[in-house]
Amino acid sequence: MCHIILLGMNHKTAPVAIREQLAAACKQELEPLRMLPHLEYVDELLFLSTCNRVEFLFTCTQVHEAIQQVTALLKAHLGSPVTSHVESYFYVYQNLEAVTHLFRVAASLDSMVVGEPQILGQLKTAYRDATECRTVKVILNRLLHKTFSVAKRVRSETCIGSCAVSISYAAVELARKIFGELDDKKVLLIGAGEMAELAAEHLLAQGVRNMAVANRTLERAVQLAQRFKAETIRFDHIHDVLKEMDIVLTSTGSPEPILKYQDIKSRMRQRRNRPLFFIDIAVPRDVEPRVNEIDNVYLYDIDDLQGVIELNREERKREAERAEHIIAEETLRFQEWLGTLDVVPTIIALREKAETIRRSELQKTLSRFTHLGEKERLALETLTQAIVKKMLHDPILFLKKKGERKSRQFCVDYVQQIFNLSDRMDGLDIDSCTLTHGSTNVKDSTNLLKSIKK
Amino acid sequence: MESVFLVIATLCYCIGTVGYLIYLLRDWTPIHWASWGILLGGALFHAAAILLRSMELHQLAVTSSQEALSFFALMLVTTYLVIQIRLQLRILGSFVAPLAVLFMFLSSLLPAHIIPKGGIFQSGWVIFHVTTLFFANALFALAFSAGVMYLLQERQIKRKNFGYLYERLPSLERLDKINYYCLTTGFPLMTAGLITGFAYASSSTVWRSPWSWDPKEIFALITWIIYAVSLHERLTVGWRGRKAAWMAILGFLAVLITFLGVNLFLKGHHTTFIR
Repeated sequence: MCHIILLGMNHKTAPVAIREQLAAACKQELEPLRMLPHLEYVDELLFLSTCNRVEFLFTCTQVHEAIQQVTALLKAHLGSPVTSHVESYFYVYQNLEAVTHLFRVAASLDSMVVGEPQILGQLKTAYRDATECRTVKVILNRLLHKTFSVAKRVRSETCIGSCAVSISYAAVELARKIFGELDDKKVLLIGAGEMAELAAEHLLAQGVRNMAVANRTLERAVQLAQRFKAETIRFDHIHDVLKEMDIVLTSTGSPEPILKYQDIKSRMRQRRNRPLFFIDIAVPRDVEPRVNEIDNVYLYDIDDLQGVIELNREERKREAERAEHIIAEETLRFQEWLGTLDVVPTIIALREKAETIRRSELQKTLSRFTHLGEKERLALETLTQAIVKKMLHDPILFLKKKGERKSRQFCVDYVQQIFNLSDRMDGLDIDSCTLTHGSTNVKDSTNLLKSIKK
Repeated sequence: MESVFLVIATLCYCIGTVGYLIYLLRDWTPIHWASWGILLGGALFHAAAILLRSMELHQLAVTSSQEALSFFALMLVTTYLVIQIRLQLRILGSFVAPLAVLFMFLSSLLPAHIIPKGGIFQSGWVIFHVTTLFFANALFALAFSAGVMYLLQERQIKRKNFGYLYERLPSLERLDKINYYCLTTGFPLMTAGLITGFAYASSSTVWRSPWSWDPKEIFALITWIIYAVSLHERLTVGWRGRKAAWMAILGFLAVLITFLGVNLFLKGHHTTFIR
């Protein structure tokens, strides 16, 4: 039996410092996807790391051992002070729970800012990396494709995306509490990620007219600058322009803070102590946390912004509930597919498909030759049945033989793809599904699915 | 008659304070305007009372600590009413109105010895000296309120812990501007008031010397220095925000010591007229 496990930490379970440390460790010494060959208990692996979460999605046959192995690997690469209590920051989901969690993540229901659009892109990148390293196979492949379609469905069928009050919106609100009017304030964007773009749009909407962009790759900076009618600033000049700026938005991927306490402290006199507001949406953080201690300097990182967002979360609750509903539905569908990965349902589906084709073709022929007698009709019936049976004999034998092997999933999946069975199985009638599987588990889920459909 | 007016004024201030405290908790415009109107009514009764008293005495009615404090409360409320029209910072009322009530009650507790009529009080110099200084003090009281608000709001933003008042308090920049406005208006007034005092003191009819180490003079000078430093640092180095807010609070405490502490606990030239 194959299990899907999701192990990770997010903004709710771990403070930013721990996530930073893990994200940094994964970036430098430990490239999780390349470690797969060393993880004997883990079959498939996907690694997702964003500002708000670090997650490992894997399949295995022995759950306990696989989890132990992955945590041991993480512990080995984290600094010693964290190691002792690192488990308390992790959550572990198995099978259906893991699928639901992944769907929720992709649909941005588990985000710090529910409905923020970046997460889907980040998940797609993670998936691309995994396919490049060939660490995803049948199950995760299918799961991820399903995940993307679920996310798309949630986005199009609910307003979760449109009523998303993003981190940047929260930051803009804070800026208004510090500065009052924003139209004469100058904004510096450091790093040009999706998040920075979103924030810049919000600031422009709030009347900011003066904007500057600094990015390590000039090309991207120029692109953004054109879009926001901003000027570009060389990345190594950011410290010099600090004295003219009022709001600084950082979102670079730098592993080290790029703005340090001393850099800013020494420039406050030059700016005649005018307030300076740092919005740090990068993980690892771009601005040293101590900067917040300087007079007239305010620093908010993404964890801090959560507090502000909490204020208007209620509005989106209803839309989130609708999204949860979609996810519950899709999770069950995926579970049905998982069930079909066994040999028997595939054989049944194969036979059913062949039988349907045989019948419809026979029907077509018979309807043209109306003069045929009962005897001839029967002969044709027997003939077609024999052809189908002989044609299917070898593939079925092959499936049955492979049924015992480890490569079973591959073979089953290939057969399903060759004969295009997956669509059929997705759309399997609920009752026939119960019949073919017969297990209580599927019955339960069928009932659930029915109740949802009602 | 005056005492009836005074009671009415105090009542108005109390109702206005309650109104403004409700406004502090709930953003509801009508209650702001109602409170503002009630404060205005209170100020009119208060002014009438002081005017009647002054006419009775044939001099400005600031001859006892009680009257002085009452006059100061009037100046405070009037200044707020005017500033409100000019700067539109409604929430300031929630801080100023309680202060006015406090001063009104305090003034009724203070001794009210009445010094003999006439003498050095009957002079335009005194009226100018007292009104400018009280007006300056009222502005400093507003700066003090804005300073307290600034510190409250800044604390919430710095600590990332948003309490109930976060939504209601204005932006930091705004509060700092109010502080600056009060300082730049109040300081010249204070300077003018002090110079008039020195000039009048050195005239032959009074003490024949501008400076006589009177406790009130010393504390007034300290207060003046605090505000001078605050203004100087603002203009040269760009002191603002938290430091400026603390200076406004410190300055106003000095004002209170000069005004009340010296009157009540120390003896000096000025004591003659107000004890």
